Amino acid sequence: MITFDNVSKRYESGQDALMRVSLEIERGDMVFLTGHSGAGKSTLLKLLTAIERPTRGSILVAGQNLNRLRRGQIPYFRRNLGIVFQNHQLLFDRSVFDNVALPLQVAGCSRRELGRRVRAALDKVGLLHKEKQNPIVLSGGEQQRVGIARAVVNKPAILVADEPTGNLDPQLSAEIMQLFADFNAVGVTVLVASHDLELIARMKRRVLTLQAGQLIYDGVPSREAAAL
Amino acid sequence: MKQPPYKKSPQISRKSQRVATEVKPQRPTGAVTARTGMGDRWHSWLGHHREMAVESLRRFFATPIASGMTALVIAIALALPAALQLGLANFQRAVAGWDGQPQISVFLHMDITEDRAEAFADTLRAELDVAEVTYISPEEALLEFQQAAGLGDALAGLDSNPLPAVLLLRPRDTEAESLEALAERLRESALVDAVVLDMAWVQRLARLTELGRRLSAGLAALLALGVVLVVVNTIRLHIENRREEILVAKLVGGTDAFVRRPFLYSGLCYGFFGGLLAWLLVAVAVALLSGPVAGLSSTYGSGYTLQGPGYRYLLGLTVGAALLGLTGAWLAVARHIQAIEPR
Repeated sequence: MITFDNVSKRYESGQDALMRVSLEIERGDMVFLTGHSGAGKSTLLKLLTAIERPTRGSILVAGQNLNRLRRGQIPYFRRNLGIVFQNHQLLFDRSVFDNVALPLQVAGCSRRELGRRVRAALDKVGLLHKEKQNPIVLSGGEQQRVGIARAVVNKPAILVADEPTGNLDPQLSAEIMQLFADFNAVGVTVLVASHDLELIARMKRRVLTLQAGQLIYDGVPSREAAAL
Repeated sequence: MKQPPYKKSPQISRKSQRVATEVKPQRPTGAVTARTGMGDRWHSWLGHHREMAVESLRRFFATPIASGMTALVIAIALALPAALQLGLANFQRAVAGWDGQPQISVFLHMDITEDRAEAFADTLRAELDVAEVTYISPEEALLEFQQAAGLGDALAGLDSNPLPAVLLLRPRDTEAESLEALAERLRESALVDAVVLDMAWVQRLARLTELGRRLSAGLAALLALGVVLVVVNTIRLHIENRREEILVAKLVGGTDAFVRRPFLYSGLCYGFFGGLLAWLLVAVAVALLSGPVAGLSSTYGSGYTLQGPGYRYLLGLTVGAALLGLTGAWLAVARHIQAIEPR
């Protein structure tokens, strides 16, 4: 589903954010991406979501070579992805419902279908009763769940999350992670960038670890390894 | 890789079971990518246009003072050339109503009898480019001369009438060139002594009208540019204010066209209301001036009244201004929306 082949990214400032990273994520996998800040996690996600382009190497997502993606094709490519942000990127000038509806409006979904799908997505994250509220009045965990609902409302094949539990307490973090696991269970390929090693260890999933722009670990860690 | 069985997390409500079956949990290999049919897409595209049109109106009236001021700036810029244009049209109408329309005076030879003169007048009446011929006999001319000029005493000293018979011609075509041609044809006739065509007046009027027309066209072009720039600036501010929204829309797969649309409608909105206000300004000005103008024209014994900006001006101003607004918005989004990309 996602293939990185010898991917390097050097920013204009001359900083090497990723160096010769190769990895493969199968369809239906759930993978964690970890590493210290500055290790290249964000860069990898930006490359994956076509926000940045690689300096070298090729990236294949759902059979599409991102190097060959023209600027005009990027929006259509992104519709296959669900993206969850650390700061959730919700719009406070509209209701929870309208926030979640945005990807569907963008994709040109009929009004009836839109209402049905938005409610289904909100129901999945347990926030159906708050659809009319402004996200600004919600708690941090709820806001993040709205962000997740928005990411999955278009039924994307791939769900990408950047530090989705960054500002949440352990209990809420665990709930959010479980939510990702639930989506993975119905066939969505999930990639979560996080530095919450303990939580990751508990999930017992494949982990990719970046350090200084290089992939230094790829495997399913045991609890003891994570504690090190 | 074996997937763990689907387990409900505690905060998920009962309904999610239904949702889960929709996405077919028994097929862990493939996520279902959303597909939207062509018909749906067309409907949704239209729907989005309608929504954005309504939304732009809502936004316009949500900040009535700011929007009103922008619209007023546009209105003033457009009212100026529109008023000039209307004034010009009114002026042309006024001079068209005057008796001072181009007229050709044809002086006949002194020895022409009245019968021959009348016959000549009849042949002229039959010509296509002559609208009207008035025959003035030497006696009538003398009478008129005595009354008008107060020279009765001087003329009384003469033992015979020195005035010739005159034909006053009103040509159908008032173009300077055709008038000149007609006068030339008349001069060739054996009966005619002299032909006087008051060309200077006709030419001056034509030049003056042309000057006014060019002036108003130049002003209109300049002020239209001003309107476009006002809208560019306003829309640029809108774009800055909605930066977050643009970023999010682009991240969830919004095309440039999708992101552009609300701003284009806003530009259209500013232009339309600006045009409407401009029409109102002109209409009010005409209403204020029509009283004094009617009074003035009545002292000249004319029933002339000022013509207001009719529905043609309304249509022209609103549609024209809306297009200018759209142009401005387009220039603004073309420059600024591409620059807002997720980082």
